[in-house]
Amino acid sequence: MLERWEPVIGLEVHVQLSTRSKIFCGCSTAFGAPANSHTCPTCLGLPGALPVFNLRVAEMAAALGLALGCEVRERSVWARKNYFYADLPKGYQISQFAEPICEHGALRFFVDGDEGEEVRVAEASIVRIHMEEDAGKSVHDGGGGHSRVDLNRAGVPLLEVVSAPDLRSPEEAAGYLKALRSIVRYLGISDGNMQEGSLRCDANVSLRPRGERALGTRAEVKNLNSFRFVAKAITHEILRQAELLEEGGVVEQETRLYDSERDETRTMRSKEEAEDYRYFPDPDLPPLHLDAALLERARARLTELPVQRAERWVAEHGLSVEDARTLSNERGVAEYFEAAVQAFDGPGAVPAKWIVGEVLRELGERNASIEALGLAPDRLAELMALVEADTISSSAGKQVFAALLGNEKRPRELVAELGLEQVSDSGALEAVVAQVIRDFPDQAATYRGGKKGILAFLMGQVMKASGGKANPKLASEALRQKLEEE
Amino acid sequence: MRAPLPAPTLAELSTALEEGRHSAAGLKQAALDRIAALDGELNAVIRTTPERAAAAAAASDARRERGERLGPLDGVPVLVKGLIGMAGVETDGASKILAGYRPPYDATAVARLEAAGAVIVGQTNLDELGMGSATVFSAHGACANPWDPERTPGGSSGGSAAAVAAGYAPLALGTDTGGSIRQPAALCGVAGLKPSYGRVSRRGLFAFASSLDQIGPMAPRVADLVPLFRSIAGGDPLDATCRELPVPEAADCAPSELAGLTIGLPAAARGEGVDSEVIARLDAAVAFFEGTGARVREVELPHAELGVACYYVLAPAEASSNLSRYDGVRFGRRAQGVTSLGELYARSRSEGFGPEVQRRILLGTFVLSSGYYEAYYGTAQRVRGLIARDFEAAFAQVDLILTPTSPTPAWRRDEKQDDPLAMYLADVFTIPASLAGLPALSLPAGFTAAGLPVGLQLVAPAFQEARLLSVGSAFEDAHDFAGLAPVGEEA
Repeated sequence: MLERWEPVIGLEVHVQLSTRSKIFCGCSTAFGAPANSHTCPTCLGLPGALPVFNLRVAEMAAALGLALGCEVRERSVWARKNYFYADLPKGYQISQFAEPICEHGALRFFVDGDEGEEVRVAEASIVRIHMEEDAGKSVHDGGGGHSRVDLNRAGVPLLEVVSAPDLRSPEEAAGYLKALRSIVRYLGISDGNMQEGSLRCDANVSLRPRGERALGTRAEVKNLNSFRFVAKAITHEILRQAELLEEGGVVEQETRLYDSERDETRTMRSKEEAEDYRYFPDPDLPPLHLDAALLERARARLTELPVQRAERWVAEHGLSVEDARTLSNERGVAEYFEAAVQAFDGPGAVPAKWIVGEVLRELGERNASIEALGLAPDRLAELMALVEADTISSSAGKQVFAALLGNEKRPRELVAELGLEQVSDSGALEAVVAQVIRDFPDQAATYRGGKKGILAFLMGQVMKASGGKANPKLASEALRQKLEEE
Repeated sequence: MRAPLPAPTLAELSTALEEGRHSAAGLKQAALDRIAALDGELNAVIRTTPERAAAAAAASDARRERGERLGPLDGVPVLVKGLIGMAGVETDGASKILAGYRPPYDATAVARLEAAGAVIVGQTNLDELGMGSATVFSAHGACANPWDPERTPGGSSGGSAAAVAAGYAPLALGTDTGGSIRQPAALCGVAGLKPSYGRVSRRGLFAFASSLDQIGPMAPRVADLVPLFRSIAGGDPLDATCRELPVPEAADCAPSELAGLTIGLPAAARGEGVDSEVIARLDAAVAFFEGTGARVREVELPHAELGVACYYVLAPAEASSNLSRYDGVRFGRRAQGVTSLGELYARSRSEGFGPEVQRRILLGTFVLSSGYYEAYYGTAQRVRGLIARDFEAAFAQVDLILTPTSPTPAWRRDEKQDDPLAMYLADVFTIPASLAGLPALSLPAGFTAAGLPVGLQLVAPAFQEARLLSVGSAFEDAHDFAGLAPVGEEA
C-alpha cells in the first residue's frame, strides 16, 4: 500500500523549560509538590493579578533558536489563546501567535535505517519556536464524582517547536524528536524527560500519492509521550489513512488521540468542532524586546550540536555513524570523548571503542551520569595507551578499567599492583611456547598435519600458562614459528 | 437640593488633623455616619469597611501623637471603587458572579494609599465590572446623583463621584476605561483625573479592558486630586504595563500662570449632539482662558469621531477575554446541579453576569472570532493608531486640548437604559484620550439653569498630568463651582 502513498509528517513539540520560577510569576516550578502549593494570584488567574515576564525564558528560547539556526526576533509579541477548560485558570493561555520569538531554522537528526541499512542523517525545517505558559492538571480520580484541579503546573514555561511537514516516516519522526531532546539537554534548557512531560509531542500526519507535491488532508495526533509511542502512533495513523484512501475514502481534518494501551488513534474532535481560539495580542504584556545582554547570555549557552559533532567525528576520526551517534547523544559523554581524544596520542577510533564499549556499558549498569563515573578522561587515555603499546593485553586492560573506577590511582600503578604487565620478552615467551608444545603433543602434530585451526587452542594454552600476561601477538608468532620449524 | 454648604476639603481636613482639632478616628466616624445618613437615598456605597478603617485611623492617630505624619493623606477618609481589590474584604465588582469573593491581596493602589496613611472607609458602587455609563448595571442597585436623585451620577465610577459630591469623604478612587472617572465626575460636579496609561499600577484592579483601564483620583476640587494621584502613581514590578517614571512633584501640580498657554479646541466640542447649556459653559471657559492671556485655537482630530466605534470593538474584545476567568471553577458564583463542565460554565456565567456585561462579552467574542477578526478588531486597532497620531500632531501645536466631558448634563435614570447605543455616545468626548493612553482631567465648570453640574475635559500629552492639574487648579481658583455642595445639613 505504501508504495503508492507517501507519508508527510510535521511535529509540534512542547519543551518544558527548566527555569526555577514560572514564566509570569515567581512561583516555583519544582515537580511533585503538594497540589496547589506552588501558586499565587497570578498563576491562579485571580481578578486583578497580572503577568510579569520571566526573562530567563526568553534567554532559553533564544538559545534554542540560535542553536537551530533560526532568526531570533528582536521584538516579539504575546498573544492570548482563548478557550475554556477547568485547568486553564484565566480562560486563556498566554502564548505567541503572529510574531513568535524564533522562526525559520533547521534541525539535523539521525534516522535508524531499515533492517540492514545504516544509520543516516536527515534534516527538517523549523517553522517557528514560540514561548507560552503551561496549563494546570485535572485530576479525575478524586472519587465522589468530582474532578479536582492542581494548578502547580499552571504557568510553567514551555517552548513550542513547530517543524515543517518535512518528515517522511515514523523513524524520521522519532529521530527528529530524539535529536531535539538531545539539543535541549545540551543547552541546559530542559531535562527532556518525556515521562514527566518535559517533552510532549503532537504529530500532523497526511498522505499523498508518491510524486505528488501538494499536501493531503492531515490529521493531528495528540498525546504522544514517549519516543516509542510517537513512532507507533504515526505508523498506526499512516496505515489508517492509507487503508481509507485505498478504499476510495477521504481523510477528514481532525484531531485524534493516541491510546497507548490499545495502540490506536481515535477521533477527539473534527474540523467542524475545532476551537476558535480568538487569538489577539495580550494587552497585559508589552511586546518583548531582546537586548544585547540577553542575547549574549543566550549565545553563551551554545555549543556544537550533537549531530554536527557526530558528523565531524566521522570525518575526522573515521568513526562509524552508529558510534558517533552514541557518543554525541549526551553532552557530558561527547565532551568526555573529546577530552579522551585530546589526551590520547593516537586515532580517535580507540577512545570511541573504549567509551562505547566499556564506559557506556558501565554507566548503563549503574544508571549513572558520566560525571559520577569517577574516571577522568586522561586516566582512560593512559590506560588506552598501555593497551595500544602492548604493555598489557586488551583483556588485562578491561581488568585495569574496572580497577580504575572510584579511585585516583594511575593505570600504570594498577598494572603493577595487579601484575598484569604483558610478557613480551622473546626468551620467556619461547620457553612458555616450548612447554605448551611439549604438554600437548597431539595437538601440535595435528597442526603440523595441516589443520592450522588448532593454533587457537594452543594459543589459549600459552595465555593460560603465562597467567594471561603473554603478549598475544608476539606469543602467536613464536608459537607458529616453533611449530613450523620442528 | 443644591445647598451652599461646602463639605470639608482635603486641605481643611489635613490642617485640622495636623493642628489636633480632629482625630483620624473622628473623621472616619464622621464619614461612616454621613454614609449611614445619606446613602439610603444615593446608594453610592456598596459596603463600608469599619474595622479596617478603625485600624488605619488608630494607627494614624498614634503616629500623630508621636509627632509623626506621613503626608497630606495621613488620617484622611477615602472611598475606593468596588472594582479595586482589598485583601480580605469582599470585593465583587458589583457583579453576582463574584458574590462572596474576598481577594487574598491588596491592589497596589490600595496598598499605596494606606502606606500614605489614608483611611479607607468603604467601597463605592459602580456599573457591573466597570461596564456602563450610568451606574445602573450594578448587582447592588442603581446609584443616584446627589444633585438630583432622579438623575444618573454617570458611570461606571458613579458611586465614587456621588460619594465625594455628597461629602462622604473628601477623596475617592475611581477607574476609567473609556471615561468612567471623567464622565461621572462631570455629571456629579466633582473633579476626576484619568492618568496616562501606565502611570498607575493596575495590579488588583479587576480588569475590564487591560489596554485602557486606569485607576485615578476623584475629589470635589482639582487641587485635592494632587496628593491622591501622587500617592498611587509610579512603577510597579507586578504590572508590566506600568511605567517606571518619576512621579510629578506637588509643586509642579500647583496652580500655574495661564498666560502663554495654548489650548486646542476641536470643532466637535461645540458640535452636533452637544447640549446648548454645555456649550455655554465651554464658551465661558474659553472666554476665561482668553482673558488670562492663554490662547485658544481650533485643532483638528480627524479620527476622534471614530473613537466610540473603535472603543466598542476593542474594549469588549478585551473584556470577553478578561472575563473568561469568571467561570465558576475557582471562586465566586458556581451554578448548582450541573452535570458537565460545559454546563457549569454556561450556567454560572448566565446566572452571574448582568445584561450589559453579557452584551459586551458576546460582542467581544464576535469581533475576535477568526472570520471577523481582521474586519473588526484589526481595523479598530488601526483606527486607534490614527487617533493617537491625531493627538500627537495636535500637541505639536497646543499644550492642552479642551472639550466638554459629557455632551449632556446628567440624564434621568429611566432614560437611555434600554438604548445601549445612546448610552455609549455619552462617552464620545472621553474615549479618544483613553484610546491614545493620554491623561485627561474633568473639572467642574458651572451649572445649567436647572442646577445640574457641567464638567469640562482637559487632555494633555502622555505623562503630563502635572500640566493638567496645575492648569485645572488655576481655573478652579478663579471660580467657585467647587465651593458648592449638593446635599447636607444647614450650617
